[in-house]
Amino acid sequence: MHYLVSVIDDTAGLATPSEMAAINAFNDRLKAEGHWVFAGGLGSPSTATVIDNRGGEALFTDGPFLESKEYLAGFWIIEAPDLDVTLKLAAEGSKACNRKVEIRPFLGVDLQPFRGE
Amino acid sequence: MIDVREAITRAHHEEWARVVAALTRRFGDLDIAEEAAAEAFATAVERWPADGVPPNPGAWLTTTANRKAIDRIRRENKRGDKQKEAQMLYDDDPPESPGAIDDERLRLIFTCCHPALALETRVALTLRMVGGLTVPEIARAFLVQETAMGQRITRAKAKIKAARIPYRVPSAEDFPARVSGVLAVLYLVFNEGYLATGPDTDPVRHDLTAEAIRLTRLIRALMPQDGEVAGLLALMLLTEARRTARVSASGELVTLDEQDRGAWDVALVAEGHRLVRERLAAGVAPGPYQILAAINAVHTSARDVRDTDWSQVVALYDQLVRLDPSPIIALNRAIAVAELDGPEVALAAVDRLEDKLAGYHAYHATRADLLRRLGRSQKSRAAYDKAIELAGNTAETAYLTRRRDQLGWSTTVDGSPT
Repeated sequence: MHYLVSVIDDTAGLATPSEMAAINAFNDRLKAEGHWVFAGGLGSPSTATVIDNRGGEALFTDGPFLESKEYLAGFWIIEAPDLDVTLKLAAEGSKACNRKVEIRPFLGVDLQPFRGE
Repeated sequence: MIDVREAITRAHHEEWARVVAALTRRFGDLDIAEEAAAEAFATAVERWPADGVPPNPGAWLTTTANRKAIDRIRRENKRGDKQKEAQMLYDDDPPESPGAIDDERLRLIFTCCHPALALETRVALTLRMVGGLTVPEIARAFLVQETAMGQRITRAKAKIKAARIPYRVPSAEDFPARVSGVLAVLYLVFNEGYLATGPDTDPVRHDLTAEAIRLTRLIRALMPQDGEVAGLLALMLLTEARRTARVSASGELVTLDEQDRGAWDVALVAEGHRLVRERLAAGVAPGPYQILAAINAVHTSARDVRDTDWSQVVALYDQLVRLDPSPIIALNRAIAVAELDGPEVALAAVDRLEDKLAGYHAYHATRADLLRRLGRSQKSRAAYDKAIELAGNTAETAYLTRRRDQLGWSTTVDGSPT
């Protein structure tokens, strides 16, 4: 079972060195315990471009598709047997990156091929 | 005929949670379990009057529900995956001992009360899956539209499935926190029954208090060693014991000091006291429910309100405040302090809670009463007005209105309880 753990930020700041160290330690643990699939930090919403190619001609819009105070700053994709295990891991992830996180399950997607780290 | 109806009601009380739990374990799907259980009971209502009550109603219901579930899985899987169907239909777990069945119900309770679900959702799901109440019944209980309540339960089942909320008793590490989550759900159901919040319902909803007690008894039977479970059951019993004395014939709330103590339910009081004594004898530091139960045991031990051991009540509240510094507990402590140290001291304590409790009717009702006892009629009247404005319970509104309207000729200035 795979879960997306989204990191929700409401500040403009990137992770501080001590936050980065905690995130790295947490990532190492995810790998050691077999939960790691993928993780990454994202550029700020101002770096986003929205593309709409439903009408035959691709339209590009500068900026995020939703202007909001809180935005996605990064994510983990983890493998865990159930939500209880994921809740525990996400609680530690939130502590490590010092931000709120949101968990959502993937629906029937097998992410195994991407686990080549 | 009446016997059959009684047998069906009894089977529903005793077997519903067992049937849902067993089917959830077997088919791994709350939705299938719930629907099949409901169909099995509907079949019993149809068949038992003609065929007679089966010798083992629980086994009959489980077998019938199993068949209904298998029918549904086959129906939905007409063009689907035969292997998956075979997996779902093949029961590879060995038959269970009675102990294991109890375990199934515990799993069901913990899943319904999972912390990843909103509190109101946990309440609805527990009443449906464990309590066996229908969606319309739960909707009525919480004054929500039936369709909205139906959607709430459907969404919860979908989340449990999609996010894979596990169907199991939590690990030892999580156990205490998860038990207190279950108890919070049951206490909420009880309180909604005990002091219904809506202006359009009966002031005391016996159906809800009875259901909360029934479910707490079930959990007590499954976890006889847990002190807080015993504490919550004792608290509910000692509160429920006063139910009939709590609302007057004219539908007005009767406060503890004015209740006819002869009308209290002696059996419930005795059972509650037994549980409190059991916890005292256990010699383990009590949690909040056990302390609340002990406070209620002190009240129900006094044959006359003047015999109440107020220093004991205040000492218990002091203990409770250390565990739970919530302003509502501080407010209740102040009410007891008024009896021990007088209304002046209590009023000072209550006034300190204004920031946190200004929107809570009981804060204003308590202030109104203390101000009345201090002879400050004008301020008391204003506090009663505010309390009446905020109170939702019909019996409480009636009580507060009478108290306010009596203020004109109130002469109590010495602070003694009236």
